[in-house]
This record gives sequence, structure tokens and C-alpha cells, in this order.
Amino acid sequence: MSQEIIELTEESAEQGVSRRGFIKGAIAASAAVSSSNYLFRGNGGTALAQSPAAGAVERLITLNINGRSRRVQVPPMETLSTTLRYTLGLTGTKIGCDRAECGACTVLVDGEPHYGCSLLTHSVRGREVTSIEGLEGEDGTLHPMQQAVLEEQGFQCAFCMSGFIMNTVALLNENQNPTRKEAAEWLSGNLCRCADYDKILTSVMRAAEITRGA
Amino acid sequence: MAVIRDVIPQLELFQPSSADDALALLAEHGSDAWVYAGGLDTLDWFKDRVKRPRVVVDLGGIDSLREIRSTSDGIEIGAMATLISVINNPEVRSQFPALAYSAKSAASPQIRYQGTIGGNIAQDTRCWYYRDGWTCYRAGGNICYASPPTAMNREHCILGASRCVAVNPSDTAPTLVALEAEMVVRRGNSERVVAAEDFFVGPEIDIERMTVLEPGDLLMSIRVPSKWASARVYFEKVRDRDSWDFPLANVATAIRENGGNIEEARVVVNGVAPTPVRLTAVESAITGQPRNEQTAEQAGNVSIQGVAPLTHNGYKVNLMKNLVKRSIRDEPLA
Ligand SMILES: Cc1cc2nc3c(=O)[nH]c(=O)nc-3n(C[C@H](O)[C@H](O)[C@H](O)COP(=O)(O)OP(=O)(O)OC[C@H]3O[C@@H](n4cnc5c(N)ncnc54)[C@H](O)[C@@H]3O)c2cc1C
Ligand code: SF4
Ligand code: FES
Ligand code: FES
Repeated sequence: MSQEIIELTEESAEQGVSRRGFIKGAIAASAAVSSSNYLFRGNGGTALAQSPAAGAVERLITLNINGRSRRVQVPPMETLSTTLRYTLGLTGTKIGCDRAECGACTVLVDGEPHYGCSLLTHSVRGREVTSIEGLEGEDGTLHPMQQAVLEEQGFQCAFCMSGFIMNTVALLNENQNPTRKEAAEWLSGNLCRCADYDKILTSVMRAAEITRGA
Repeated sequence: MAVIRDVIPQLELFQPSSADDALALLAEHGSDAWVYAGGLDTLDWFKDRVKRPRVVVDLGGIDSLREIRSTSDGIEIGAMATLISVINNPEVRSQFPALAYSAKSAASPQIRYQGTIGGNIAQDTRCWYYRDGWTCYRAGGNICYASPPTAMNREHCILGASRCVAVNPSDTAPTLVALEAEMVVRRGNSERVVAAEDFFVGPEIDIERMTVLEPGDLLMSIRVPSKWASARVYFEKVRDRDSWDFPLANVATAIRENGGNIEEARVVVNGVAPTPVRLTAVESAITGQPRNEQTAEQAGNVSIQGVAPLTHNGYKVNLMKNLVKRSIRDEPLA
């Protein structure tokens, strides 16, 4: 599959199509192809071939991502950040440590902040998932935190950014008037390797201002 | 840190919607099954391929296990109640603020939204040799990699070691022991109720487990009796950095005073031994004494009798001494 992506990418470069756009296309296409391989695999993983026991999970599930319903094939032990990035092509969610230690993968589940790397995709069935791609309004209006990050130049490399932004969205849903200390505490489960914390907190305070309409 | 693998190996996942269905699955699959709560301890083991159960029973769909309710004698917290729901529960906050505070001291906000109180008390030790898959005593082998003088044992225990020197890392556990909580455990159709201080198991009893839970067991709830409701209960945790980190040591002390003297006390430390430890010598030393600087000082001194630090964790001795002292002298934190 990686072979396939590389070929497509080279070809597309000639045609002037963005590499990123093409990789996402390749991911979507291959997801459809490879999913059929999973269906009747006998050994482990799926309970489809066996007599249905109470609570056995099926691979084909419906997820509610950014307000849209998506039918996806998900192996039982896949984490949400993996499904978002590699099946749905929503690569805005980053994977840093993959161990619940850095926050790069933070997404909202029913409005609450969770580490996508440490959450089984199967456990968010029937719940509303919001990733960074879901923040912008239909008319292109940015979320106050996105706007604030632009205004304050909140991040350096920005690898940690979507996680910080998502967790800030959760904060502002709970508290539109946090102190800098409260914001720091709320964001303590997000690490920034560039140690840009000061500017990040300034962005959060600005986002709170925008949210309050100040 | 462990080598990061690509994906979790294929395991059979079940998401039952009732405790009875979960219990049936656990009975059927015995030691091949793994109970999955918030998954935050669990997923590390699976990603590193150190623990490889065949079947995973996810309790996430069992709503009844998430309830927190008042009973005729205190409150009963479902095993699947998240740490955040414990922290925000009005009953917990008013009657047992130290429990809310210790839950709030655990991990990071994202983890508290997902991690459960049951998982918090049943979590495994953080010893990195063991977690990295070294076949030590706790992993069924015949050596401890953390106890030799050259080992990395700064976070390990100063009390209660028996071959294994790993510590229990839970922040809610010592508070639950101080509050005389009880754990309700079911297995098939039978239910047993275990006092919190007997729930945790040291290596001298079973070196491969942290609690009494065995394959087939399901922790249903935690009962916190009203005995210590609104009493003076002090929790404090010390960690390497001021935001989220596991405790190097923590303390939970419940004290009832009468006529200016300490009438009854329960002093519990964690992060310093393989289980949360009730310091009964301290409790008897301070009972009948006035709660003041001198009594607190004496308590600190008694607390460290018999400690056995390793090469790199001697600092924990003073840490524990001062924590115990403060827990008696100072006003509870919130
Ligand atoms: C980065 C990080 C930092 C952390 N920092 C802290 C900290 O500072 N202080 C602290 O106290 N904790 C800390 N934790 C631990 C965290 O709070 C626990 O991992 C979490 O509470 C485990 O709960 P869980 O619901 O995710 O359990 P799981 O990971 O699902 O389960 C943990 C264990 O308990 C068993 N189990 C869970 N529920 C039941 C049940 N009902 N019946 C039977 N067995 C059960 C599981 O089989 C498993 O063995 C940290 C964790 C991480 C990943
Ligand atoms: S302290 Fe315990 S868990 Fe760690 S290496 Fe020694 S035996 Fe294993
Ligand atoms: S990638 Fe999820 S917390 Fe680091
Ligand atoms: S800006 Fe680089 S990691 Fe945060």
C-alpha cells in the first residue's frame, strides 16, 4: 500500500496536485479495498464468523465525526487517532507519544477532551467526535481559539497545536472567563516540545476574550 | 520508554451492555480475558505487547456501573465512574472533599475525563523494567531488575518490599483506605465485599497481582461509609513536576478530635510501598494526644521506623516523614 501511495504521489507532483491531497485520496481508496480483506478473517479480532455472543463487536460501524455520519471498517483494537488519520484521512489530529502523555491527539467526545491515541474507536460509537477539522464554521468562520492563534502567533512548529486547540475548545465550553492559571491547569495534559507555553496561554486568553465578545 | 509498535495485535473485543453479560464473558474466558475500563493503563500493555490476553471485555457500555449514589450509610461509587465525575459529584465534594481532591491530583484532565475510579485503584505498578516487558518476578520470572544497587530505583519502594520493590501508584487508593471504604466484587452470581485495606495485595501474598481481583472478578462499586463524612481528612501528593505526574509519595490522614485530643486516626501512605500502607504505629502514637506541632513531629518520626530505602530513593524517607507530619498539623488542602 505504501508503494501505491508513493507512485501516486510522484505522478501527481507532475500534474501539480498537492502531495498531501493525493495521499489522503490514496488512503480513502485503499481503505475501501483493504476492508474487504478483514471481513472473513478467521483468527481473532472479529466475532463475525462465530455464534454471536452478548456484546460481540462488528467491524463495520457508524461514527459521528464532525457532525457527519461515517461508515467505516474498524478493527476491534484500533485507536481513534489511528482511524481518524489513516482511515478517514483527517490528519489534523497528531500522534505524538501514543501513550496518553503528550496531548497531541486530543479530540472532543461529546464535548469532553480525550486523548485519541488512548481511546478505542469502537468505544465512541453513538457519541459525537470533534476533531480540529470540525471547528471551522460552514461559512469559513474560524473558532475563536483558531482566530486567537493566528492573531497571537501562538505556536512555533505547531505539532502540538491541534491538541492544544481542541482542549482549549473544551475549556471555553466550560469556562469563558478563565484566569491564566486556570487555563494552564486545564491544559496541563498537553505538552509543547518547543516550550511555547507563554504564547499558547496568551492565545487562550485572547480566545476567551473573543468568545465573550470583548 | 518502550519501543513504539505500529498497532495493537488483534484481540477479540466484547462490549457487553450489562454487568451480567460481562460476568458471563469473564467466567467463560477466565485468564484469557482482560477487563477494560477507561483503557489508560490497559492500552500501554497492549501497545507494547507485554500483556496479550485473547479477549477484551470493555465495560464502557454498562451504564449502571457509572452511577454515584447516596445510600443509607454514605455513598456508593460505581467502578466505572470517571475520575472527573467523582471530582464533580456534589455529594462527594460535600462529604468527602479529600476524595475529590485526591482524584483531582491524579494524572491530567484528559485522563480524568476517561479514567475510572475502578481502574485507578486496580491499575498496575509503573516499574519501567516490568512495563517494558522484562521478565522479572512480577512477570513470572525469577529476578528483580530494580532492586540491585546499580538499578534505576528512584521511584521504587522504601517499605514493605518482598522480592519486588515496585510501588502502588494510585492517588485515590490511600484516601479510600483512610475513609474505610469497601470494594464490592462480583464473580458469577456471588458477591463479596472487601475492606479497602485488604483489597490491595503485596508481593508477599501474590507477586503478580496488585489487588485481590482474580480472573473472573468484576469490581462493581466502591462504598464509602458516612463514618468519616465531613471529618478532617488531609490528602497531599508530591510529584516531580507541579502538573500531572505519578506520586513519588502521597498521604491521606483522617482524624476525629474530641475535647481537644485526637480520638481516632487513620494515617495512610502510598507511592512508597507495593500497596497503600496504613501506618498503625503512627495512629496509636497520636491517639489521645492534642493535634499540635509536637504530636505531628512525633508522628513523622514514628512513620519512618523500619524503612528500607534502595540506592536512589532515600529522599522518600524524609518526604514521607514530612508528609505525615503535615497531614496531622496542617489544614486540609482543596
Ligand atoms: C500518563 C498517565 C499519567 C497518570 N498519572 C496518574 C497519577 O498521577 N495518579 C494516579 O493515581 N493515576 C495516574 N494514572 C493512572 C490513571 O489514573 C489510570 O490509568 C486510570 O485511572 C486507569 O483507569 P482506567 O479506567 O483507564 O483503567 P484501565 O486501564 O481500563 O484498567 C486498569 C486495570 O484495572 C482493571 N480494572 C479496571 N476496572 C475494573 C473493574 N471494574 N473490575 C475489574 N478489574 C478492573 C483492568 O483490568 C486493568 O488491569 C496515569 C495514567 C497515565 C496513562
Ligand atoms: S520492582 Fe517488581 S516489577 Fe520492578 S523489576 Fe522488580 S520485580 Fe519486577
Ligand atoms: S499521542 Fe496521544 S497523548 Fe500523546
Ligand atoms: S509549537 Fe512545537 S511542539 Fe508546540
